[in-house]
Amino acid sequence: MSFLTYLINGLSLGSIYAIIALGYTMVYGIAKMLNFAHGDIIMIGSYIIFSAVTTSGLPPFAGLLIAILGCTVLGVVTERVAYRPLRQASSKLAVLITAIGVSYLLQNVALLVFGADAKSFTSLIPWKGISLAGGALQIKGITIVTIVVSLIILFCLQTFIHKTKNGQAMLAVAEDKGAATLMGIDVNKTIAITFAIGSSLAAIAGALLCSAYPTITPYIGAMPGIKAFVAAVFGGIGSIPGAMIGGIVLGIVEILSRTYISSQLADAIVFGILIIVLLVKPTGLLGKQIQEKV
Amino acid sequence: MALLDIDHLSISFGGLQAVLDFNVEIEKGELYGLIGPNGAGKTTVFNLLTGVYQPDEGIIRLDGVDITGHSTEAINHDGIARTFQNIRLFKALSVIDNVKAGLHERFPYPTIAGILKLPSYRKAEQEMDEEAMKLLEVFGLAPERDTLAANLPYGAQRKLEIARAMATNPKLLLLDEPAAGMNPNETGELMDTIRFIRDEFDMTVLLIEHDMKLVSGICDRLTVLNFGRILAEGETKAVLNDPEVIKAYLGD
Amino acid sequence: MKNSFLQKNKDELLTYGLLLIFWIVMEVMRRGGMLTSHFSSMLVPMTYYAIGAVALNLCVGILGELSIGHAGFMCIGAFSSAIFSLLFKETMPTAPRFFLAFLVGIAFSALFGFLIGIPVLRLKGDYLAIVTLAFGEIIKNILTAIYLGVDSKGVHIALNMTNFKIETDGIKLINGAQGVSGTPRNSSFTIGMIVLFLALFVTTNLIKSRDGRAIMSIRDNRIAAESIGINVTRYKMLAFTISAAIAGAAGVLFSHNVTTMTNISNYFGYNASIMLLVYVVLGGIGNIRGSVIAAMILYLLPEMMRGLNRYRMLIYAIVLILMMLFNWAPAMVDWRKKTFGALFKTVTKSNEKEVA
Repeated sequence: MSFLTYLINGLSLGSIYAIIALGYTMVYGIAKMLNFAHGDIIMIGSYIIFSAVTTSGLPPFAGLLIAILGCTVLGVVTERVAYRPLRQASSKLAVLITAIGVSYLLQNVALLVFGADAKSFTSLIPWKGISLAGGALQIKGITIVTIVVSLIILFCLQTFIHKTKNGQAMLAVAEDKGAATLMGIDVNKTIAITFAIGSSLAAIAGALLCSAYPTITPYIGAMPGIKAFVAAVFGGIGSIPGAMIGGIVLGIVEILSRTYISSQLADAIVFGILIIVLLVKPTGLLGKQIQEKV
Repeated sequence: MALLDIDHLSISFGGLQAVLDFNVEIEKGELYGLIGPNGAGKTTVFNLLTGVYQPDEGIIRLDGVDITGHSTEAINHDGIARTFQNIRLFKALSVIDNVKAGLHERFPYPTIAGILKLPSYRKAEQEMDEEAMKLLEVFGLAPERDTLAANLPYGAQRKLEIARAMATNPKLLLLDEPAAGMNPNETGELMDTIRFIRDEFDMTVLLIEHDMKLVSGICDRLTVLNFGRILAEGETKAVLNDPEVIKAYLGD
Repeated sequence: MKNSFLQKNKDELLTYGLLLIFWIVMEVMRRGGMLTSHFSSMLVPMTYYAIGAVALNLCVGILGELSIGHAGFMCIGAFSSAIFSLLFKETMPTAPRFFLAFLVGIAFSALFGFLIGIPVLRLKGDYLAIVTLAFGEIIKNILTAIYLGVDSKGVHIALNMTNFKIETDGIKLINGAQGVSGTPRNSSFTIGMIVLFLALFVTTNLIKSRDGRAIMSIRDNRIAAESIGINVTRYKMLAFTISAAIAGAAGVLFSHNVTTMTNISNYFGYNASIMLLVYVVLGGIGNIRGSVIAAMILYLLPEMMRGLNRYRMLIYAIVLILMMLFNWAPAMVDWRKKTFGALFKTVTKSNEKEVA
């Protein structure tokens, strides 16, 4: 039974990774950039909820809304100010390094405003959860909520992308920016929308992450950010179902290896599996294979 | 014995038969043209010849040696060098370094000799410089030796690509649309250069070209491809007057 | 003859000359007591970060493959050489021991560079980058988790403290998360500068040789490089291995400077790899001299701003973003060309080398 508990915990952590990875994979697929600051948006979102709910006593739902709004604005503004001017730069590395600069900036702003000490976060989900098999299997409320939320997000995103005009525009821009422009698609607007969606997902991920692991520091975003990036690559970057699968597999592997192998080597195992997957399928599980034309 | 002997070469991608039953024999010193409408499979033949694709069927012999299935790199060592339809130069390297990259296999010295600048490094580099300058002079690129390849005008880039291919000392040179994007003057010069290479280096050349002036001006014989199949082959003049060929080019 | 020698080697001579002047000035100031002890303590780290940046530029700028795991190779160099020095601390005089420690560190990091290169270099672009990050993290994680020691009964390796049964007469080489301690402090500014000169010498000479040309031709156009008979795998491996080896040398300086390596995540995690990448990009991708200058300035910058205390990293972040926008945004590049004309021509040219 304890195995099942760990499996469910892994599924829950994986769902959070998946939500972050969805943002990563959309931004990568459409803007073709690795947004190293994505994890820090999660951190900022968590601090906003912390200030709204724990400090100011607003209801959790209101706090979440403010955080989503705040992160969306933050994501769109950073894209406009820091990334867009570099989109046509002669090296792809330029925007990568700028994203690193943005990451440092967000961390240090948080450090100045909230200090380096860990803040304890009050879970947004007061529900104790359910107890199955006569108490042998305990599932926490946050665990269930996380899994359900991630499924809803996946469903909404798929619908948005395949059923709306803006979603179709995203697919077109991801495929070929030049051709999309010729088709009358506003590439700048489409990329801005992508950042808005990615950042609002980061805010939700922040709320869930801090409800499950209730401490916040200016650096909490970095590691989940990297893991989610790994999940996105694992699933095939640019692929939405891939990010979902990648996130969940990663979460489960991490929790199980932490429990049964070694807590210190858990990350090494996660990264090891990524390497193996990429060697077998160089563009990830669901990634498209692109052959260079000679 | 022919220098290049291709027998029953075929390849398909998915359901598309890109090249079917391609045969050709090219004699040493010949200037041979491969023509046909866009999408006829000409570049695919080049990619098969240079190991970029492996054929489903057929045999490629160079100088009597079966080279079918060899890698791109090995095929260059076997004696085939090529240029590309969409120019592929080493853009951040100078003109002379592009040619010296082509000389790479012919003037070897150990890595450590390069790092420590040993005499073997100096000697080999000097020989490479001389050899590269000889080639650059043939193509009129000597004054541009230190220019970055990316900064060359279009026509000069095409010439540099040929010089780089020549640097590997091939038996057979494959040129993929060498005159594309050139003005009539430049094309004229290019024709002279190709003839000069053939005479001076005793080179065999197989070229893909759309410019009929160049084709009729320098090719000894032609093969016409249409939808991956051979439509006509033979002496240049006869082939270009073939009603079937004219129909394929002009449409029905 | 002499003139043509100067002409041919203008670039390297300028690099060596600048570095030599810097060295002399620092040495004079240090001996004259003009440097604070804090500043003096930063001289050695400055040399090993400069070496690390040279190593990474060989991989990113010359080979054209983005690595975000190079701190991992520094980590291997640091640990292997520290273990060697601990083992022979009592039995060998300092000079030959430190020399051998360098060889050990370089050999191990080159070996790992080679082994990791085999799978990594089959991948392309960002996928390659993420796998280098993964390897860097794995190296760091394993070295944090492992216990290693020798005693009269032989070698002990364990993954947790309870299984680590070492006799009291033994030497604890790696003590789990507490890392390695007791490495002799052999690194000095002089040795750091010598190693930096050697790293520059190896890198620039390699670039100017036949092998360097082959490596750069693969960077510029892999398919064309294959078509002229260049063994792509061989030269990618060569560049990656040499790059790892040089990073390993930086690691040797590191471990013999800090003497106690605990909490290695801060020094060898992906953050450290990214810091090296920042040096490389700001110094100019493919510009070896630029890497050295950028590493030195950017390492000193936040340290010199210690007076600003809480705001220094914030300022650093803003400066980094602004510098990137100024250097790379096409709109800014055009504006600079218009405004400064010929003055900036050479700068933009070297910046335009693209890494695919």
